[in-house]
Amino acid sequence: MNAQANDAALTATSNSPERYYTYGYLDEQTKRMIRRAILKAVAIPGYQVPFGSREMPVPYGWGTGGIQLTAAIIGPDDVYKCIDQGADDTTNAVSIRRFFAKVADVATTEDTAEATIIQSRHRIPEHPLKDGQIMVFQVPQPEPLRGLEPREMETRAMHAYEEYGLQYVSLYENVSAFGRIAATAGYPVMVDERYLMSPSPIPKFDNPKLHNSQALMLFGAGREKRIYAIPPHTTVRSLDFEDYPFETQKWEESCALCAADDSYLDEVVLDDQGQRMFVCSDSHYCSDRRAQGFRGPMAGHELVDIDKDAGQ
Amino acid sequence: MTMTAHQETIDQADQPLLRVRGLSKHYGMITGCRDVSFEMRPGEVLGIVGESGSGKTTLLNCLSGRLPPSQGRVEFNASRHGLVDIYDLSEPDRRRMQREDWGFVHQNPRDGLRMRVSGGANVAEPLMNLGRRHYGDMRQASLDWLNRVELDLSRIDDKPRTYSGGMQQRVQIARNLIHAPRLVFMDEPTGGLDVSVQARLLDLMRELVRDLGLAAILVTHDMAVARLMADRLMVMKSGAVVETGLTDQVLDDPQHPYTQLLVSSVLQI
Repeated sequence: MNAQANDAALTATSNSPERYYTYGYLDEQTKRMIRRAILKAVAIPGYQVPFGSREMPVPYGWGTGGIQLTAAIIGPDDVYKCIDQGADDTTNAVSIRRFFAKVADVATTEDTAEATIIQSRHRIPEHPLKDGQIMVFQVPQPEPLRGLEPREMETRAMHAYEEYGLQYVSLYENVSAFGRIAATAGYPVMVDERYLMSPSPIPKFDNPKLHNSQALMLFGAGREKRIYAIPPHTTVRSLDFEDYPFETQKWEESCALCAADDSYLDEVVLDDQGQRMFVCSDSHYCSDRRAQGFRGPMAGHELVDIDKDAGQ
Repeated sequence: MTMTAHQETIDQADQPLLRVRGLSKHYGMITGCRDVSFEMRPGEVLGIVGESGSGKTTLLNCLSGRLPPSQGRVEFNASRHGLVDIYDLSEPDRRRMQREDWGFVHQNPRDGLRMRVSGGANVAEPLMNLGRRHYGDMRQASLDWLNRVELDLSRIDDKPRTYSGGMQQRVQIARNLIHAPRLVFMDEPTGGLDVSVQARLLDLMRELVRDLGLAAILVTHDMAVARLMADRLMVMKSGAVVETGLTDQVLDDPQHPYTQLLVSSVLQI
């Protein structure tokens, strides 16, 4: 009875051995297992390392792979940032960020430059990553060949023997249907000219950021139980045809809020009359630019102006 | 191609394309095929006939590297390795040889085609597997081949499931010939088709095989197909080869009682 009362007195943020959860939620053996997988993945860039994925307190598809990676590498001196579709303020990003603030006692941030670990599914932040930062990706389907070849034995053999002709079939289908390589997200890349890799569903706009990145890129697929990695300063080439070279998305518009013309833009439908706006998908990048004084056509104005508009 | 490589190809012309020695395959107590030996020259079409369950498909699978035999050797004159036992090659070398030098036409085109991608991509895939990376060239090559197999070119970007059985089979044939293989395995290529489509397809295949100087191994239980396509016949019964010879010789003057039965049981109209 007394012991239970003592337990209850311990807070979840305590880092003492008696805390309710092991530090970083996962037990120590699991973290060691994941770290071994990470080391192997870093040693063989782009190679999918199988690992014993654990049940997490969120469903598959909500980032279980990325959460396990983060839990295995995080320490009390880390600064953690989590984004979902580039935004820091969406439900999933907020929940995962709070989760690690609670189980790992880490500082959290929205500032890309300040973060040491950045967890993401869909984007690489616009702000250039630097030495010492780690990107953690939540990957739904790690096997780029899966859509074309359903047999796991066969795709493993294809990776082992570097038989990657099949991936070009999907590009061929794209060009024959649309006259260009229309694939936009999860665009397949060759890592270090050896392993074919699916870079999670990031837009192909972000593919060039993988090439010779200063930051370590870790990819975790919880449901599919695979970890893979791109170490810093590794060659990453997006696949293409000789006559249809790789291109990233381009927009005629610039961000409606911060007027950026070099960032990845989301299209937001405003009404049923065809009104729309384009806005930076990276929420921190956008707010940072507005703080610096950049103003897009739909940026917020002084309250006085809004009142005046309403009065007319 | 270097001088020495060229010299090698000349030397290879004297050698058999395929040499099979004492090939047997047992499934536990059951015999698939027993002590099969033969040789094939480049450009030769070999027919394997026999009733169902006689070991034709087992033999074909052993020959094409899909099923390791229990005993015996399968030696193929590969463009990269010369005359080697295909089961002595390492797996990546064997897979590469299968990609580069062979084609395999399945009885059911659904086994040989990727049903999720268009007909054109199916035909162009062997080129991509061989490292071609120019879309325009591959598109043209697949158009040429679809033309050669008399397929409506406007259907090139449709999925194979929207094709008729005969069209699917023709796409499969184009897919297996586009990379100019040295040997094509065919497992009852006209099996599931109606008679009029069969006749046109046979005509087409005979033309292609003659034009390209292909060597082919053709498994069939249809004597008419064997007569039209094959230069040489092997008759199989209960896993063993009971008679071999030139096609006309075997069909017109069968020696073995089983061959006599087989030939006499062909329906005459």
